[in-house]
Amino acid sequence: MSPDLRDDFPLLARTVRNGRSLVYLDSGATAQKPLAVLEAEAAFYRERNGAVARGAHLLAEEATEAFESARADVAALIGAAADEVVWTSGATAAINLVANGMLQASLGAGGAEAERFRVGPGDRIVVTELEHHANLIPWQQLAARTGAELAWIPVDDDGVLRYDEVDSVITPETRVVAFTHASNVTGVVTDVEAIVRRAREVGAITVLDGCQSVPHLPVDVAELGVDLMAFSGHKMLGPTGIGALWGRKDLLDALPPSMFGGSAIRVVTMETTTWLEAPQRFEPGTQPVAQAVGMAAAARYLMDVGMDEVARHEAHLAQLLREGVAALPGVRLLGPVGGSGALDVLGLAAVVVDGVHAHDVGQILDDRGIAARVGHHCAQPLHRRLGVTGSTRASAHLYTTEDDVRAFLEALAGVREFFGVTV
Amino acid sequence: MSLEAMYQQVIMDHAREGHGRGLVEIDLPHRGESHQVNTTCGDEVTLRVGVDGDTLARIAWEGQGCSISQASISVLSELLEGESLETADETFEAFRALMQSKGEHLDEEREDMLGDATAFVGVGKYPARIKCALLGWVALRDALIQARGASSAGAEGGTA
Repeated sequence: MSPDLRDDFPLLARTVRNGRSLVYLDSGATAQKPLAVLEAEAAFYRERNGAVARGAHLLAEEATEAFESARADVAALIGAAADEVVWTSGATAAINLVANGMLQASLGAGGAEAERFRVGPGDRIVVTELEHHANLIPWQQLAARTGAELAWIPVDDDGVLRYDEVDSVITPETRVVAFTHASNVTGVVTDVEAIVRRAREVGAITVLDGCQSVPHLPVDVAELGVDLMAFSGHKMLGPTGIGALWGRKDLLDALPPSMFGGSAIRVVTMETTTWLEAPQRFEPGTQPVAQAVGMAAAARYLMDVGMDEVARHEAHLAQLLREGVAALPGVRLLGPVGGSGALDVLGLAAVVVDGVHAHDVGQILDDRGIAARVGHHCAQPLHRRLGVTGSTRASAHLYTTEDDVRAFLEALAGVREFFGVTV
Repeated sequence: MSLEAMYQQVIMDHAREGHGRGLVEIDLPHRGESHQVNTTCGDEVTLRVGVDGDTLARIAWEGQGCSISQASISVLSELLEGESLETADETFEAFRALMQSKGEHLDEEREDMLGDATAFVGVGKYPARIKCALLGWVALRDALIQARGASSAGAEGGTA
């Protein structure tokens, strides 16, 4: 990765506690933004702000054009068509849109074409044991409200999905399989094909959580073969408050909306409403237009660098980081070391220091100017399965350097001594 | 502020010793129990109190968490067991004020009341850690409300 790429990210130049240079290793939580994103958003407000898809004046036209071309840019990043991308406030909202749409269908909405979204007693909803809460709770709640059964593909003692259990967990009764493309804790990239193959066999819809993959790996939805995918803007160098749901057009057109209001409709009477096709049927109310424009700028930035190049850079950091952590005495890496060249593990490492709580580890790092994540990273069940309540996670992005990783490893090496923990 | 100023020796010692740790049954007519969780990290504490007349006669707890949260519970146990309920209330308020002081010391009177707990002054500089230090204190306040016979609403699953 070109070193002057860091100049594109103004925040990386700031100092933090004790006047130290920032070592930003929390990109898995939220990524820093390049100037291209900041400027695209500001330029929209300065020059083109207007009501989208309403009104006939020039600004309304230009704002609509900006909003829809942003959709096309984000679609291009994942190899999709523009009308298969629904704007949401983030990945959480995208997953909820699907789960709540299925709840609406289960309540009878959507007519015959929504049949495949209906779940009830006797049906099964499948997730995995390593899901982020955002891809667990919506399904858990859908099951609780419809009487469907929630089941999950377990992980082994190393936090790796048990692919040998896929066929038995995804039963013929399974209607939907929701799973992450890459764990935000272990960093391991999922063998999507192995799950999609079985889901197709039983006719289940597949929903992929692309939060950790889209910002870091080349992602092509057609190649992956999933039906729907959620991802967020802020983790892929874009603004907060924006994300997207990608879905096969025929599915999106049949999924009942679950949020209602202006702009998403065809005809409204006092008693009834008919909906527009996707994506507009899912976008009632005023949309986060400037944020969409910013997310598109982020997509273009990533495509300009090249996702293969991003993945190569992060594979290198993953190896440095994970092998470095694994070599430290008294420090446990959650998940396998991995990283055998091909990026089957993201550039992140969640670690547990023997005898020292994650918050205390984070405090030592913070003192050195290192921003890392502490806690359960919204994956309590996985942490519980691995026998810990929390961990400290360092996560990289395309702007992360080898020096950043070395600073983390060096600080980590001194933690046990500071807290007087001896072997 | 240096890291050593936040992790003062007295805090490290209390984190190791865990004064009052062990969720023993309290055999007093007025009892209260509170379970508190720090939602950001999943740390938790269950704390029991026994009140005898106007005295906070017993404190027992079990918990797991960072050195700040564990040391804070240890300190409050040592500080307040056997003290009057009025002192417990005043000390709670003083500790909360210390957490809100952004790292500045309080007046002498309140610092005297806080004793070892003044060592947590550095925590006030780190907003993310204030919840850790307050976890046990919030459990104490909640358990005392129950022991005094007030409503036990909010006793379960509350957040510090």
